[in-house]
Amino acid sequence: MDRRDTGSGPAPDEITESPEAQELIPRLLTGTGVSPGAGYGPARLVVGDVPEPAAGSRHDGDAPAERDRAERALDEVAADLEERGARAGGDAEDVLVAQAMMARDPELAASVGLLIDQGVAAPRAIFEAFGKYRDLLAAAGGYLGERVADLDDIRDRVIAVLTGLPIPGIPLDAAEPYVLVARDLAPADTALLPKDLVAAFVTEQGGPTSHTAILARSMGVPAVVGCAGATAVEPGTPVLVDGATGRVRLSPSEDEVADALRAEEARRAVLSAAAGPGATADGHAVPLLANIGGPRDLEAALAAGAEGVGLYRTEFLFLDRDTAPTPEEQEEAYRAVFEAFPHGRVVVRTLDAGADKPLPFLPPPGEEPNPALGERGIRMFRRHPDIMTAQLGALARAVTGATANVEIMAPMVATAQEAAWFAEACRTAGLDSAGIMIEVPSAAIRAADLIEVVDFFSIGTNDLTQYALAADRQVSGVAGLQDPWHPAVLDLIRTAASAASAAGKGCGVCGEAAADPVLACVLVGMGVSSLSMAAPALPWVRAALAAHTLEQCRTAAAAARSSVTPGDAVEAARAELPGLHQLGL
Amino acid sequence: MAERKVSVEAEVGLHARPAATFVQTAAKAPFDVSIAKAGGRPVSAKSILSVLALDVRQGEAIVISADGEGAEELLDRLAEIASTV
Repeated sequence: MDRRDTGSGPAPDEITESPEAQELIPRLLTGTGVSPGAGYGPARLVVGDVPEPAAGSRHDGDAPAERDRAERALDEVAADLEERGARAGGDAEDVLVAQAMMARDPELAASVGLLIDQGVAAPRAIFEAFGKYRDLLAAAGGYLGERVADLDDIRDRVIAVLTGLPIPGIPLDAAEPYVLVARDLAPADTALLPKDLVAAFVTEQGGPTSHTAILARSMGVPAVVGCAGATAVEPGTPVLVDGATGRVRLSPSEDEVADALRAEEARRAVLSAAAGPGATADGHAVPLLANIGGPRDLEAALAAGAEGVGLYRTEFLFLDRDTAPTPEEQEEAYRAVFEAFPHGRVVVRTLDAGADKPLPFLPPPGEEPNPALGERGIRMFRRHPDIMTAQLGALARAVTGATANVEIMAPMVATAQEAAWFAEACRTAGLDSAGIMIEVPSAAIRAADLIEVVDFFSIGTNDLTQYALAADRQVSGVAGLQDPWHPAVLDLIRTAASAASAAGKGCGVCGEAAADPVLACVLVGMGVSSLSMAAPALPWVRAALAAHTLEQCRTAAAAARSSVTPGDAVEAARAELPGLHQLGL
Repeated sequence: MAERKVSVEAEVGLHARPAATFVQTAAKAPFDVSIAKAGGRPVSAKSILSVLALDVRQGEAIVISADGEGAEELLDRLAEIASTV
């Protein structure tokens, strides 16, 4: 990566600008590129901070019109909250309906009207009227004190409507695709996000494995994370995002935009030339599979030429609902995926829930200061064997009659005993291929013991990196450590892949690392037998593999593993992979 | 003027869902409905913010009052909501 012109100082072409203009916002921001490609559109900010309307601001004297404006804004916000509630259902609906009631509160409306009659402008009247109740609730403390945030949220939404500011929350409708700028995004924020509306993501926080990064790659949308100063960008500013280099250009010239979009098109053309099953230049087959969250992701997987599914995350069936999905519902979702790949592999990961992904119908695992090290994945299954039995039963019924090669695996396995317990449960249910995820370093280190009791491994590099380097994926301060190129991580992968290969069994990779075309070559060079990734990454990885022989991949892997730092490992591997250049990688 | 004095029995007090149900029911009346803590100043029972701000806890008594056609029936319903565990 070229870092010469990404420093904090102004680039030469910016020095001529007036000092005032430079003080406002620099024209170039830099973060970590986590999803390649160029994206261009107006900035839409999701920051949730609506400024306080100035004290003493007055309307122009038409009190009835101003009252009408305030009432309509309150009503619009209430209707929106009710609609979101109806769509969300469950506990979220209760909260949103209660918020809507607050927006429709007749006493509040009376206070607002009174202030407007005294000449106060509508936004300020809203602010002051809410302030009275805010103080009452805050003074009460406890449960009521916690409602202050709900009240502030409604107030900010109403003020945003009145002043034309973006409404807090992710906009779900827009005339043209926008660049979504936020501090960070949570899975719940983005659950309803339409794919064709986002030209690019830019977040101030987060690292390469943050939810934003994963979401962006799965959507095939360029993204830059860890971008300091992003949320200070003026809404509506045209933004050009380079998801490979991490450069975010504000108000670029027409030429810059045209160049970037042309280069993007050229790269895509090279990519589309690569087709067919995954293999190295000398014909060593490496099945390329897709990571999916459910049947709705199948179309993209098939379009990108996936040979099967390497990671079917079944938890999406279980999230955001009050009751566990019925056996019939599960069976139907599983069967839809099996039927999409009648001759391919489908690797199903059993429910991966825990304190960070709580399910309303399971008792919470209790206070966990660090959910990443808590009762999640297979550990949660051991506490709720009924959930596992139901899931394995539904899978076994869906497999009946399916021609796909279905394999089942469990997440978060740390020991050979856990692996044996899970394999036994699968066989009891009538499922004949049972594997485990390699995410916990203990499982990688003792891979030779674990492979004895299961049929295959699939390495989850995100969690494996998090645990190997003790760097929480959610903490942007340690994002620098969260790098799958770290030689310690490469060593663990190598250990697992060698153990599997010695036992004549398969070892895939289904983490984000498989989606990095350079690292994909290195993984194959270390003996990884299949790669699974978000569908949009498949063409890149297919092209990178096709450009190199297995021997070149092995040499690159050895070079990476003899490095000391992740940066050196990338450079060492790249030096052995001459075919990357023509792909613009 | 019809009036009821009842003790709030829900564990969460007159907050959260009980408060929402209470206010939604009161809001349907075409006449004013008020609620007060025993001995306290009455506020509109149609205002969720006012009702929440009363901060009525489990076991505390409230006085609800209304005047108009159907006031007795409405107060019976509100009393029932307030006294539901």
